[in-house]
Amino acid sequence: MATATVVAAGTKARTEQGSGIRPSGWIGFLFIAPNLLGVIAFTLIPLISVVVLAFTDWNLVSGLGGITFNGIDNFVAIARDPGFWHAIGLTLVYVVVSVPLTVVLGLALGIALNRPLPGRAVLRAIFFLPYIVNVVAIGMTWLMLMNPKAGLVNQVLDAFGVQPGWFASSHWALPALIVMAVWGGVGYCSLIYLSALQDAPRQLYEAADIDGASAWSKFRVITWPSLLPTTIFLLVTLIIGASQGFGLIALITAGGPGDATTTISYYMYQTGFQFYRFGYASAIGLVTFVGVLVLTLLTWRAQRGRALND
Amino acid sequence: MTKKYSKWIWGVPLWILAIAFLAPFAWMISTALKPDVDAYKIPMQWIPSPFQWDNFSTVLSGATSVLPAFGRSVFVALLRVAGELITATMAGYAFARMSFKGRDKLFLLYLATAIIPAQLLLVPRFIYFQKLGLYDTLWALILPGMFTVLGTFLMRQFFVSQPAEFAEAARMDGANEWRVFTRIYLPLATPVMSALGILAFVWSWNDYETPLVLISNPDRYTLPLSLTNFVDEQGQIAPGLTMAASVISIVPVLIVFVVLQRRFIAAMTHTGIK
Repeated sequence: MATATVVAAGTKARTEQGSGIRPSGWIGFLFIAPNLLGVIAFTLIPLISVVVLAFTDWNLVSGLGGITFNGIDNFVAIARDPGFWHAIGLTLVYVVVSVPLTVVLGLALGIALNRPLPGRAVLRAIFFLPYIVNVVAIGMTWLMLMNPKAGLVNQVLDAFGVQPGWFASSHWALPALIVMAVWGGVGYCSLIYLSALQDAPRQLYEAADIDGASAWSKFRVITWPSLLPTTIFLLVTLIIGASQGFGLIALITAGGPGDATTTISYYMYQTGFQFYRFGYASAIGLVTFVGVLVLTLLTWRAQRGRALND
Repeated sequence: MTKKYSKWIWGVPLWILAIAFLAPFAWMISTALKPDVDAYKIPMQWIPSPFQWDNFSTVLSGATSVLPAFGRSVFVALLRVAGELITATMAGYAFARMSFKGRDKLFLLYLATAIIPAQLLLVPRFIYFQKLGLYDTLWALILPGMFTVLGTFLMRQFFVSQPAEFAEAARMDGANEWRVFTRIYLPLATPVMSALGILAFVWSWNDYETPLVLISNPDRYTLPLSLTNFVDEQGQIAPGLTMAASVISIVPVLIVFVVLQRRFIAAMTHTGIK
């Protein structure tokens, strides 16, 4: 589940209007209670548990009684775990390639779809379609499309003389996942950009037209700055999504061939649900989460700084 | 004159791109309607010949039927949507329009937990649900989905933007808090609630990671998991059956998408939640 809404909600929480709301005592609490109790049971307690578990040495074999606290041992082990660092490296490559590619292509597509076009509404829907289909249907389809010997993708690429091994090859498996991620995310990005483009400052474009500005300088000076908050939003959402999902990898490659697609989220899934090392998996999850949080905050800062300088 | 053609100068390449984008879906449908021997034919045969419905009848009947899984997915989705709409609407309303002790602190707590990725919580949920006897039951999928922080946010953001005067007037007339909520603010919230309902439905329908971890008995598979039934132990996929089942798994979301397209896109793009 993506989380960027929260960031937006957080900024709004502070500016909430206080007018016209009367104290309602415990009745207000009753309204919240059903949701709150559920959130405590299914989110808050698991969250506290994951933090506690990260400081324990616990696996399925040792049973509930076998929980032993081992201080920061898990974190020391993570620092020395080549499997962890390999997974981090892969995840970085995956994020750094797929996220900007998706955003840039989504921007181009969004600008194109903002023009008058024949059948524009249908076009928008088509590009959005991959985003709403379940990952298993998509994964199975692409797995067969990218069959190295007889898949449709390699039939097309034959004309260019390239025949990647895709999911059968340790070099091509990650690029294959990136192709799928871009295909799945571009339409979503373009729609987000579309709604932002509709708010673009019209008078500025008219003024620029009078000054005889080129299309490129209009884009650089007017469009791009006005889209900056949207771009940040998309970067944050996509970075979180790309670093947390393990479903597709569990389905198609199981982290392979070898460990060629063992990204950090899949590594955690493997540690927790295949080797049942709950303590270590919790520690990996926690470290990853903090890492992603720092990464998104840095993205935020960097972009914000640039926006102020312009 | 150029203006008239410029529509097509952009339109033609975009339509070509769109068709390329649709190719995986076309391949899916085409493969579902042909015998497996033709699935990897070179060159690709887009229009199946012979054209056959056998794959669909296999995945819709007998021991290989995905219909039970389809039913379970419907059951899970309905309960999740209903539960989330009820609890999130009430909580969102109270956070926005009522004041009580500790409200803002509580809301901050909600903010903090909302940025936690669901994947991180799977390990403790796996353990708890085993202790509670919920592991490997549909309730492991339903219950956490009924009480969401993100749904509460969405509803709160809406109610915060509504004027307080309505409530004041109703209270003057002696309406109690529950009446103010159900008679005045709730009817205003139907567009947002339908957006949240769409989102909750799509999350639930497409969820693969949660059942992958929390469901192990194939008799309790939801639809996305059941699509993997057509892969044998060696990892060989039965193309026709898998694609036929995949088409079936897409249809409900597609129907919602086509019927409620505008609202659907608004819901997805305004929240950034998949």
